[in-house]
Amino acid sequence: MREIEGRGQRMIALCMLGCVLFNFPILALFNVRGSFFGVPALYAYIFMAWALLIALMAWVAERRG
Amino acid sequence: MLQGWVIVVTSFAYLGLLFAIAFYADKRADAGRSIIASPYVYSLSLAVYATAWTFYGSVGRAASDGVGFLPIYIGPTLMIALWWIVMRKILRISKQNRITSLADFIASRYGKSALLGGVVTVIAVIGILPYISLQLKAVSNSFTIVLQYPSIIMPAKVTALPIMQDTALWVALILAAFTIAFGTRHLDAAEHHEGMVAAIAFESLVKLLAFLAVGVFVTFGIYNGFGDLFDRAAADPKLSAMLTPLEGVAGGYASWVWLTILSMMAIMFLPRQFQVTVIENTNERHLNKAIWLFPVYMLAINIFVLPIAFGGLLHFPEGNVDADTFVLTLPMFEKQELLALLVFIGGLSAATGMVIVETIALSTMVCNDLVMPVLLRLRRLRLNERSDLTGLLLGIRRGAIVGILLLGYVYFRLAGEAYALVSIGLISFAAVAQFAPAVLGGIFWKGGTRRGALAGLSAGFAVWLYTLLLPALARSGWLPISFVGQGPFGIELLKPLELFGLAGLDQITHAMIWSMLANIGSYVAVSLSGAQSAEEHRQASLFVDVFTRTGEGGGARFWRGTASVPDLYSLLARFQGAAVAESAFQDYARARGLRWPGDTLIADAEFVHYVEVQLAGAIGAASARIMVASAVKEEALTLEEVRKILDEASQVVIYSHRLEQKSRELEAATAELRTANERLKELDRLKDDFLSTVTHELRTPLTSIRAFSEILTQDPDVDLAQRRKFLGIITKETERLTRIINQVLDLAKIEAGRAEWSEAPIDLREMIGDTVSAMSQVFQEKNIRVETRLPDRVTPVKADVDRIIQVMLNLLSNAVKFCDLSNGRIEITLTENDHALRVDVRDNGPGIVPGDEQKIFDKFVQAGDTLTNKPQGSGLGLYISRHIVEHHGGRLWVQGRPGKGACFSFTLPLAHPAGAGQLARAA
Repeated sequence: MREIEGRGQRMIALCMLGCVLFNFPILALFNVRGSFFGVPALYAYIFMAWALLIALMAWVAERRG
Repeated sequence: MLQGWVIVVTSFAYLGLLFAIAFYADKRADAGRSIIASPYVYSLSLAVYATAWTFYGSVGRAASDGVGFLPIYIGPTLMIALWWIVMRKILRISKQNRITSLADFIASRYGKSALLGGVVTVIAVIGILPYISLQLKAVSNSFTIVLQYPSIIMPAKVTALPIMQDTALWVALILAAFTIAFGTRHLDAAEHHEGMVAAIAFESLVKLLAFLAVGVFVTFGIYNGFGDLFDRAAADPKLSAMLTPLEGVAGGYASWVWLTILSMMAIMFLPRQFQVTVIENTNERHLNKAIWLFPVYMLAINIFVLPIAFGGLLHFPEGNVDADTFVLTLPMFEKQELLALLVFIGGLSAATGMVIVETIALSTMVCNDLVMPVLLRLRRLRLNERSDLTGLLLGIRRGAIVGILLLGYVYFRLAGEAYALVSIGLISFAAVAQFAPAVLGGIFWKGGTRRGALAGLSAGFAVWLYTLLLPALARSGWLPISFVGQGPFGIELLKPLELFGLAGLDQITHAMIWSMLANIGSYVAVSLSGAQSAEEHRQASLFVDVFTRTGEGGGARFWRGTASVPDLYSLLARFQGAAVAESAFQDYARARGLRWPGDTLIADAEFVHYVEVQLAGAIGAASARIMVASAVKEEALTLEEVRKILDEASQVVIYSHRLEQKSRELEAATAELRTANERLKELDRLKDDFLSTVTHELRTPLTSIRAFSEILTQDPDVDLAQRRKFLGIITKETERLTRIINQVLDLAKIEAGRAEWSEAPIDLREMIGDTVSAMSQVFQEKNIRVETRLPDRVTPVKADVDRIIQVMLNLLSNAVKFCDLSNGRIEITLTENDHALRVDVRDNGPGIVPGDEQKIFDKFVQAGDTLTNKPQGSGLGLYISRHIVEHHGGRLWVQGRPGKGACFSFTLPLAHPAGAGQLARAA
């Protein structure tokens, strides 16, 4: 039971992290002209942060114990 | 190769393939080897979320808003992080209560209310119509466009065409037929559609592959990768503004945030998502993989949206090509016929997947929560007396599927033209978001009532109608446009897009703010101001406490009444067919170790509940309630009684806590007992050792006594001197025997604590003097010099004089035994300090082997090598002496090294602890 609770808390934390990453004002930091390997900064940021969030979710969901 | 017949044949071939997959999956399921019982298939089936909206519409949205299409997929990712808490709970509740749809879930939570189930169904059907029309629009448009190949011509206004020539109508009808074939071939007790899920998972793969193919083609085929594409876009003055898009978009960040929230709710409460996530779930554990696999899918299908949008804008700068069609028109423009066909099939996959699952979910709701409760209440129909209702149920569902698709088509004709794909879809999102307060409140807050849920849903839905649906109809010319521009009857405050003067927001944000305010506000306010009925109270507690209550029989204890087994059997058989009823009864009987038919089943509360739950699987909780109530003479429970039952339940919890505590205490006691037992065993072993040693010690002198006595008896010729010597030995051995016996008795007394102690103040100087003179004979015999060093006077100590003498004698005789044979010397010293008197007895014998200092005080341990030296004592003396000294509060120990003699010392405290206490009190 403790393991289930711990996972739940980690998931809530990830949701909050996502809410911060994909919101004003962090989003505004990247809402500028400029590019990252040819990809506009905002698009590059959103996709990379998104991938990071999913990776963390996978880690929490699949981790044993 | 893109002739009309090729497209039509390919489309039907594709639908046929889907059907084959579904058929195969159903066969496998019947054989008990399900192919959908896998987390990967489950995750893919969740991707039914990606519809024609995603496939065609995202690009259209991106072409006007830049990143504005992304919240629709980021929102679900955030929500899914919470699934571990929220969805797990919904899954558990749904499995325990055999929930068949979202309407069933809400109705069941709020006291199995048929009214609430009906309201939810109506909201869901009306709310989803725009969404279905979106799919019809996308399929018919893409079909029309592909037909025009090689020219790229946007479809004409459908309203201009006669109905029978409208592709969308045919699409709707074909999809209806297909869905009926898919979802209503037979009635499943648990509303599982394994075949459908397998086909949906396959469709998810097809649409992802098709979209990625276009994306790769545009990015790397037409252009030279992302960098090249974005560079060209940046060079174009019209497009460069979109590269920092969030300021330009209406509403900016507010719109972004609300779209995120909206799609967070959509991923939970769209009827088709609820269907695939909850109803079709075969194993709760599949959630673990889906939690990240499904977001990965959404990420993948969105990577190429912007490149395609920019590619389209660069290709068709005049704006004569609808951005919603870029996915299709770009390959067509580049003369990639095969790719265009693949795109068309991908779009068909996205649209059909959505339509199939959505209409099946909605038809279940319409049947179980709208039509059946009404029919069952109409006594004129005498449905209660019909023997088999499965045909009726399937008929209602098929009718509902056709009806819903035709209504979707009607909405498409009425309002589909005025909006882009995404805008149409968002209207539906906003409608299903109205379910969020009732569902989320329902599973975490016991206080939510049926009236509260009704009020919240109705208020939210009314605001949705007013701020989203009516303006959509007005824009299409079905209501006067002044309704939007000036407000109804010219009342500015009531303008549907700027309600109460709230201006400056985009339409969806505006509608969400007001509808959520109305919805949550009414739900909470009405819930708090009214009371719950008994049934509501019980359901609330079953839902909210689903993880703490265990077992499916959770609901059974709340029932009181009488029923007969045949009644229940015929009830189940009417709705599910005799075969299902038969096996359900057999399962029930088997679980209780009975056989059915054969043994008598008792129609008790548990059994009635079992039947109700079985029935709920086919016709929903609300209808099942009505049916069971009709078959069972039920006495309604009062609210007080339900409260009492719930209180009892919490009492049970308390008892079980106590029980746990008791069992913990018991464990501790057991551990103590175990150690005590170990100790006892050890003592027992010691006792055995002791007995065998004592026996041995007794036998040694006895043997010699007997041997000499026998010599004296049997041999009369022994001379006198010899006789004397023998008799002397016998006497000595007898004395030794006596001494040993005395000591053993002594030891027994001391160990048992039965020794009598007569304490009196004694002068140790006197005592030492007496002892030495008592032993003087021995010393002389052995030629041992004894020196005593006594102070002039010492404080008398309270002690048992006889026992202390015994100690002293023991130490002295020990010293005598081990003294140097030729030049024996014994030193006795008495000293006094503040606390105690100390006596040292020092000899000049062989001393003590290091390590033996403690051992020699054990029972029957004798110093020296017992193999070569004849034992000279019982081995009990020192042991007893130590007991005596310790009894007086003192200490007895030995010091000395091999060859340097031994020094035995003991102390006697001036006032031993008890006496000290008395002195302290006296002072």
